[in-house]
Amino acid sequence: MIPLSEILTYEHDVIVVGAGGAGLRAAIECCKQGMNTGVVCKSLLGKAHTVMAEGGMAAAMGNVDARDNWKVHFRDTMRGGKFMNQWRMAELHAREAPDRVRELEEWGAVFDRTKEGLISQRNFGGHRYPRLAHVGDRTGLELIRTLQDYAIHQGMKVYMECTALDLLKDGDRITGLVGYFRETGRFVVFKANAVIFATGGAGKAWKITSNSWEYTGDGYGMAYTAGAELMDMEFTQFHPTGMVWPPSVRGILVTEGVRGDGGILLNNKGERFMFKYVPPKFAAETADTVEEGNRWLEGDKAARRPPELLTRDVVARAITAEVNAGRGSAHGGALLDIASRRPADVIRKKLPSMYHQFKELGELDITKEPMEVGPTLHYFMGGIRVDHDTQQSTVPGLFACGECSAGMHGANRLGGNSLSDLLVFGRLAGLGASEYSKSIGKKSVTDEKQVLSIIRSATDILNLDKGTNPYLVHEDLQNVMQRYVGIVRSADELQTAKNELERIKKDVALVKSDGASQYNAGWHKALDLRNLLISAEAVTKAAEMRTESRGGHTRIDFEGEREECAKYNIVVKKGEQGMEVRKVERREPPETLKKIAYAKIEDLEREGV
Amino acid sequence: MAKRQFKIWRGNKNGGEFANYQTEIEPGMVVLDAIHSIQAESAGDLAVRWNCKAGKCGSCSMEINGKPRLSCMTRMNSLPANETVTLQPLKTFPVIKDLVTDVSWNYRQKEKIQPLKPKPRDADGNYRMMQEDVDRIQEFRKCIECFLCQDVCHVLRDQDQANNFVGPRFMIYLASLEMHPLDTADRIPTIRKEFGSGLCNITRCCTEVCPEHINITDNGIIPLKERVVDRFYDPVMWVKRKFFGV
Amino acid sequence: MTTQEIAVGGYSKGFSQTHRTDRWWIGPLLTFLGFSSFIVYSTWAALQGNHYFYGSYLSPFYSPLLFVDPSVTGGASLEHAWFGGWPSWWPSFVPASPAFLVLAFPGAFRFTCYYYRKAYYRAFAFTPPGCAVTALPQKNYKGETFLLLFQNLHRYALYFALFFIIILFSDAVQAFFRDGKLGIGVGSIVLLLNATFLSCYTLGCHSFRHLVGGKLDCFSCDATSSTRYGLWKRVTLLNENHMLFAWISLFWVGFSDVYVRLVSMGIWHDLSTWGN
Repeated sequence: MIPLSEILTYEHDVIVVGAGGAGLRAAIECCKQGMNTGVVCKSLLGKAHTVMAEGGMAAAMGNVDARDNWKVHFRDTMRGGKFMNQWRMAELHAREAPDRVRELEEWGAVFDRTKEGLISQRNFGGHRYPRLAHVGDRTGLELIRTLQDYAIHQGMKVYMECTALDLLKDGDRITGLVGYFRETGRFVVFKANAVIFATGGAGKAWKITSNSWEYTGDGYGMAYTAGAELMDMEFTQFHPTGMVWPPSVRGILVTEGVRGDGGILLNNKGERFMFKYVPPKFAAETADTVEEGNRWLEGDKAARRPPELLTRDVVARAITAEVNAGRGSAHGGALLDIASRRPADVIRKKLPSMYHQFKELGELDITKEPMEVGPTLHYFMGGIRVDHDTQQSTVPGLFACGECSAGMHGANRLGGNSLSDLLVFGRLAGLGASEYSKSIGKKSVTDEKQVLSIIRSATDILNLDKGTNPYLVHEDLQNVMQRYVGIVRSADELQTAKNELERIKKDVALVKSDGASQYNAGWHKALDLRNLLISAEAVTKAAEMRTESRGGHTRIDFEGEREECAKYNIVVKKGEQGMEVRKVERREPPETLKKIAYAKIEDLEREGV
Repeated sequence: MAKRQFKIWRGNKNGGEFANYQTEIEPGMVVLDAIHSIQAESAGDLAVRWNCKAGKCGSCSMEINGKPRLSCMTRMNSLPANETVTLQPLKTFPVIKDLVTDVSWNYRQKEKIQPLKPKPRDADGNYRMMQEDVDRIQEFRKCIECFLCQDVCHVLRDQDQANNFVGPRFMIYLASLEMHPLDTADRIPTIRKEFGSGLCNITRCCTEVCPEHINITDNGIIPLKERVVDRFYDPVMWVKRKFFGV
Repeated sequence: MTTQEIAVGGYSKGFSQTHRTDRWWIGPLLTFLGFSSFIVYSTWAALQGNHYFYGSYLSPFYSPLLFVDPSVTGGASLEHAWFGGWPSWWPSFVPASPAFLVLAFPGAFRFTCYYYRKAYYRAFAFTPPGCAVTALPQKNYKGETFLLLFQNLHRYALYFALFFIIILFSDAVQAFFRDGKLGIGVGSIVLLLNATFLSCYTLGCHSFRHLVGGKLDCFSCDATSSTRYGLWKRVTLLNENHMLFAWISLFWVGFSDVYVRLVSMGIWHDLSTWGN
C-alpha cells in the first residue's frame, strides 16, 4: 500500500463539494470571507445539473405584481411544503431571495425584462403572484454560467472531474476528504477545516428521473457514513411533467413554465381533468371554471389561478390517477397542450428549449401538437439535517446547502424555490463554514489509516477476479425503487423494497469492474453504488415510518394528511446495527411566522400582519 | 429493432485504434444511448463524458461520422441506416481516453477575459435595461459551452493558433460583455490583439455546428470585427476621435 | 489515397482529410463554379466595350457611363456620358471600355464582403474547404491580420456601393422612358429587378448593419438610438439573407448584361410597349 506522503494532497480552509448553483455560491462567499477555498466537482465546471432548471428563481420582488412581498412568498412556501418546512429556513429564503437575484444581475445575469426595464417575473405552480425571475426557459444555465464566470475571478481553486469518496475526521469533527480524479484514477487528499456539501440529490436510484448520472446521493452517503443525520428523506418530489416518449428520453423534464404560460393538461378523452383534483385547502384560491382560468391567463387580477398550476405533488398524483383509470395518452401519460393556447411565435420565444427539445428528441412540434407527459423523479426535499442559520450538519465542520440539505422545502418544493434556495443557502453555508473555519484556527493532522482504508475499498473493485456487473446492479436498484418506492407507496411494497435492497446490498459488496482506473466508466459507476444504496434505503425506511400522505410522500394505505404526523420529522442516522430511523419532534414556530403562514391573503397584501 | 454497427476510437494520448461494436437500437435512441448500451454490454470501461442528456450542459461533444456534434442530440434514425457509425473524440483537444478530451484550454481562455464591470445601480437599487437591449446578449448567453465551435474552427483545429486566437466561443463571450448595457469596461484593444479577432476568417463552421443555433459569425464575431475597425482601421473614425473626441 | 500518418483520435493528417460521409464538397464546388463563371463572363463582357446599350437600357456593368465613344456598335450616344467623349489620354494598351472605369467599385464591395470572404476562403483558398475537413496547411497562418488587413475597409467599399445603388435605380427608371415616352419593356423590368436585388444585397451588408445601429450598446437610451434600433432591425432582416441576395444579385447583374448585350446584338428581341 502507498504511504500517505506519496498521495497527492491539497490544503484549503474550506472545501466545497459540488459546483452547481449552491456549491458555486458557497465558494464565492468563502472567497469573499477571505478563505482559501477549493471546489471539487464530478463534472467540468459549468455542467452541473443546475443547467437543467428551466422555469426561473422565485423572489418576491414585486416587479410584475406589486402586491407581492416576502410574507406572501413565505406563506406560499409553507403551504406548498405542507407545513413540514423548517420555519426559519423558509423565512430566510423568502426574505433574502430578492437580494440574491439582484446580486446575480450585477454579476452578469441577463434576465428577461418588464416593459419598465426591470427583471420580469413569471407565474408558477403554487406561487400566488408572478414571482419567478427567468431567462426564457433556460434560467438554470444563466444562473450557473453567471456564477461560474464570476467565481473564476475570486481566487478559488477548482478541481474538475474529481469525485469525493469519503470524509476524513478527527474524533467528531471533519478534517478533509479523500477523492479521485476521474481522468487519471489518481487518489487525492483534501485537507480542510470545513467541508461544504452541495452534492444534489439521488434521483439516479430511480429508473424514470429527470436527474443526470451525477445524482447518486454522494452527499447523503458520505455524510451518513461520517455520522451526520439525514432528515425528511421520504419526501421525494415527482415532477408531474417529464417526457414520456420516446423511451430513451423518458423522464427528461418539461418545464412547469409551459403551464405557467397557459398550457393545459388533457386526458385521452380531451377532458381538462385538473378541475376534478383541486384539494379543499386550495379550492378558495383556484379557478373553478375554464372561463375563469382563461381570464387569469389574460391578466385579469380578479380571476383565480387555473388548477394546472397547483403544487407539483397534486398535479403528479392527478396524472397518475388518470393514467390508472385508463384515460392516459398513447404511451401512458397525459397530454400537455400549449399549441391551442398560444400563437406559435410566442411559444418559440417563451419556451425555446422546450420547442427545441421536443423537436430534436421527440420529433414533435409543440406549436402544433400536444406533448405527452408523465411524472418523473425530480427532487429530494429531504437530505442532510442542518442548522437553520449556519447550514452546519450534526457533524462539526460539515455543512450542506442546496438539494442535499433538508428543511427548506418541507414535504413538497414549489417550482422556482430551488434556484433561489441555492443562492440564499449557498451564501449562508459559505458564511457558516468560513466562521467555523476561522474559529478552528490550526488544521489538524490527517489520519493515515482512514485515508488508506478509503482508498483500499475503492481499488478492491478493480482487483477482484470475479464479481457483479455495476451496470446491472444499478439497473436492478432502479427497478426496485421505481416499482416499490414510487409516487404512491404502501406498507407491503415498502417491505418488499427493504428486502430487495438487502439483496442488492450483497451484490454491491461484490461489484467488480474491468480495466484500469483511468477514466473508467464502469469503475465510476461501481463506486457510486454505495451512496445510491444508502439514499435508497433511507428513503424507503423513512417512507415506511411516515404513516400518512403529505406532499411528495403518498401512502395508499394512509390517505390524507394526519394531524399527529405533522408534529415530527423523520431522521435517519447510522447506528451500531445499521441504519436507524427515528421521529424528531418539531419545535413550535415563532408566533410572528405562524401568524403570517396562516394569515388571510388579503391581509398580507396590505402588509397588515 | 435493428442491430447497428459502430466504429469507436479507443485509446489515449499515446495512441489507439478503432474498435468495432454493435448494439440493438430502439425507437428514439440517440447516439449517446447507443454508447451506454455498448458500455453495459461489451465495453464497461469505455470512456465518454456526459451529463444532462438533453442538450443543455454541452458535455457529450464528439465527432460523429466526421461531424462535431452532441451525442445526446443526435438521433440514431438521423444517420444513414446501412452505414457504420464512426465515433471519435474531438480533434482539436488532447485526448484523455477514448471519446473524452481535455478541454481545459477553454477554461484558461475565459480566465484571461476581463469580467463584467457594471455601472452603479439606480437610486432604487434596481438596474434598468430594456428587452430590446438584452436580446442580442441573451442569444450569446444561450451558449452551453460544448466547445464544438472551438473544435471545428480551423484556426484552432488545423492552423495551430491556440496561442493567438481564443476561438468562437470566447468571441461571443466577449461580444456578450461588450454589448452589455451595464458594462463599463473596454475590451476592444484586447479583442484585436490578445484574442486575435483578425485571425478569424469568418468561414462560419462555428455557426454551422452550434447546437444552440447561435448565429456566432453574423451576430457575434463580425460585429466585434466591425468595432475593432471603428477603433483601429477606419481613418475617418480615427480623425474624428483625434480631433473631435467622439 | 496518399500515405497518411494516423494521429491520436483516429484522425489522418494532411489536406482535405475528413471522416465526413456526406457530400460536403458540393457546396464549395458550386461556389467555385459559380464565381469562376461570373469572373470569366464579366471580364469578357467588360473587355468588349460594345453592345452595352439598347434603346434606354444600359448594362449595369457599364454604369455609370463616365466617358463614351459614340463610334462603337451597341454603345450609348454622347449625351449619356457624364463627362463627354472618350479621353484621348487613355493608354492604347488598355481596352477602351467604359466598364473598366467603374467595375472596380462593386468588385471591391463584393470582394471584401463578409459573405464572399467566407465563400472564397472555402472554395478557392481551402482554409478550410469544409467544416471538419482539414484545411490547406499554412506555415504561419495569419488570417485577416497581415496581407488581408485591407478587408477591414469593407465599409468604404460599402459607401461606393450605396452610391451605385442610386445610379442603378436611376438607370432603371430611365429604362421606362424611351425618347421621352413612358413605357415598359422586358428590359425595364430586368433592370429594375437588378437595382432591387442589388439594394437587398447592399443594404444587408454587415458593415452597414454595424454602422446604422449595431455599434450601439443601448438601443433604448434616447430617441436617436431608438430610430437607429428600428433601422438596425430592418437591416438585420436583410442581413439574415445576405448570402441569398449575394447570389441572386450576382446572377442577375450578369444576366442584365447578357440581356442588354443580346438585345443590342439583335439576337434576342425585347418585348416592349414601344414596339421594335
